[in-house]
Amino acid sequence: MGNVQVIRSNPASRPALAAAALLVLIAATLPFWAPEGSGSSWMRDFVEIACYFIFAMMWNLLAGYGGMVSIGQQAFFGFGGYLMLVLANFGGVNPFLAVPLGAIAAAAIAVPVSYIAFRLQGGYFAIGTWVIAEVFRLSFANLSAVGGGSGTSLTALRGIDKATRENTTYWLALACVVAAIALVYLFLRSKRGLALLAIRDNETAAESQGIDVRSMKLAVYVVAAFGAGLAGALYFLGNLRISPDAAFSVNWTAFAIFMVVIGGIGRIEGPIVGALIFFLLNKLFADYGTWYLLGLGLLAIVVTIFFKQGLWGWAQSRWGWSLFPTQRTLKP
Amino acid sequence: MFETALQVLLQGLLLGGLYCLFALGQSLMFGVMRLTNTAQGDFIVLGAFAAIAGLSALGALGLPDALLPWLAGLLLLPLAFGFGYALQRWVLNGTLGKDPLPSLVVTFGLAIVIQNLLLELFSADPRSIETAGLNTRSLALPSGFAVGVLPLLILGLAVAATAALQWLFNRTQLGRAFRAVSDDKEIAELMGLNSNRVYALATAIAFVLIALAGVLQGMRTTVSPSDGPLLLLFAFEAVIIGGMGSFWGTLLGAMLLGVTQQIGFRIDPGWGIWVGHIVFLLVLVLRPQGLFPKTRG
Repeated sequence: MGNVQVIRSNPASRPALAAAALLVLIAATLPFWAPEGSGSSWMRDFVEIACYFIFAMMWNLLAGYGGMVSIGQQAFFGFGGYLMLVLANFGGVNPFLAVPLGAIAAAAIAVPVSYIAFRLQGGYFAIGTWVIAEVFRLSFANLSAVGGGSGTSLTALRGIDKATRENTTYWLALACVVAAIALVYLFLRSKRGLALLAIRDNETAAESQGIDVRSMKLAVYVVAAFGAGLAGALYFLGNLRISPDAAFSVNWTAFAIFMVVIGGIGRIEGPIVGALIFFLLNKLFADYGTWYLLGLGLLAIVVTIFFKQGLWGWAQSRWGWSLFPTQRTLKP
Repeated sequence: MFETALQVLLQGLLLGGLYCLFALGQSLMFGVMRLTNTAQGDFIVLGAFAAIAGLSALGALGLPDALLPWLAGLLLLPLAFGFGYALQRWVLNGTLGKDPLPSLVVTFGLAIVIQNLLLELFSADPRSIETAGLNTRSLALPSGFAVGVLPLLILGLAVAATAALQWLFNRTQLGRAFRAVSDDKEIAELMGLNSNRVYALATAIAFVLIALAGVLQGMRTTVSPSDGPLLLLFAFEAVIIGGMGSFWGTLLGAMLLGVTQQIGFRIDPGWGIWVGHIVFLLVLVLRPQGLFPKTRG
């Protein structure tokens, strides 16, 4: 047993990492070389897709790795957004700094929320978290300080000129995307990540090996809430306006489920592929309104029944692709 | 003061009757195959719209107006039975297993499909089922109270449906099959049961209840294509408050939810549903097995 080698990367993963770093570098300089006019619309598009992506990534961590299928992650998305706005508008905090603070607030509230949500399992956990998200929505809709049901505007950004605001929001979004991928990737490669995979595969067996299942699940739930809150704070920083119906809409989770299921659940590449496909579909077909949403629903059903592993999972089993390897391979 | 309290209690119990009908199908499907139907509320709305569409087709027959909604409802029930059977047999059975994700995604996808299909066909306007004045008729009780005839009728139907379902589950051969596949699918199959068929029959019966709930909801108030999720949450709360495995528990859970919401609405119209949710969460924290549980897990 002594001379077993543990292999943690594959031939594709190193070049992929280098390519990703280069891409981030090119993206970071976009405000300097993008053509006048279209640059600002590209940046707005990017901020939006970044929020969808981070949210989907965190849903993937929660459901695909933690085995906790939630329909209530919009609770933390909206909470992060509202806290960012409250801190910036009333607390005098710099709005850009308020984004991570909003995410931390979402992570903090996830601890008491988990106490209630963890009483349910499986499908009932899913709907139970949805009820909790509704409690968040109705509570904020009844708070007149933040505009009640009709919502309010992010007034703290007044006085910052448009170019500075757009560029900073864009860089912040880019940083959040990189941080979210790195956070999930490093977490899954760590010892705790291995424990998480063990729990997913067999909870009882994992517990008998000394893994503290409950605290592990809580950790994943809090990290996922942090990410959802980050996405929400970022989204409403770019949007400049928040309302309870937009912030706590179940559509956020619906779109996250769609992206993760299409791309491939339980793999880091899944939400990346899913978010790109979702963004393209959105650009091409969003004008069709109800028919577009109907098609998304049908697509999710078909992929779930016929391609259980999603598109990336299908490609992986066919060609063995893996850009972010989290598994350990033993070589004697 | 006392009269107001009595009035709120009465309204809450009547509302609970309707919630019970929302919830019975959910309770049955989860009890038999641990399937959480996230499209439950949307199927209820679909039932109501199917009755509305059927009503306009039946209107040409020249029957008395008071009869039409009941006729449309009666014709809908066997259709719902067949639809539920087919849905379970050829779509949902393939998603069952230890992992709850596939069935959740598929039913959630169905919910989105139904909402948008109804939006395309019927627009976002709220509609109701024409009852020829039944929904406004009321019975005068002694000491100045009045109760609506239709809500009373709904409560009666809810109690009857609960009793019938409990009888079916406990006393018939089909009920024994339901309990057997619920307890241990493999052993039940070794004993000669075809679990796929048993599951399909459970969903078929659940869909009859869903259609009934939809028709009554459409008669009592209005329905619009986006109502589904809220109805699902009410159904779910009734099941959990009542405790799993007991249909009488579901009825009592629905009543408690109805009374709580009515109290909330009386305090402040903006907080009625919120109070209902909070009581549900309190039950979850203080008594996670529900108030009247029969089975565990």
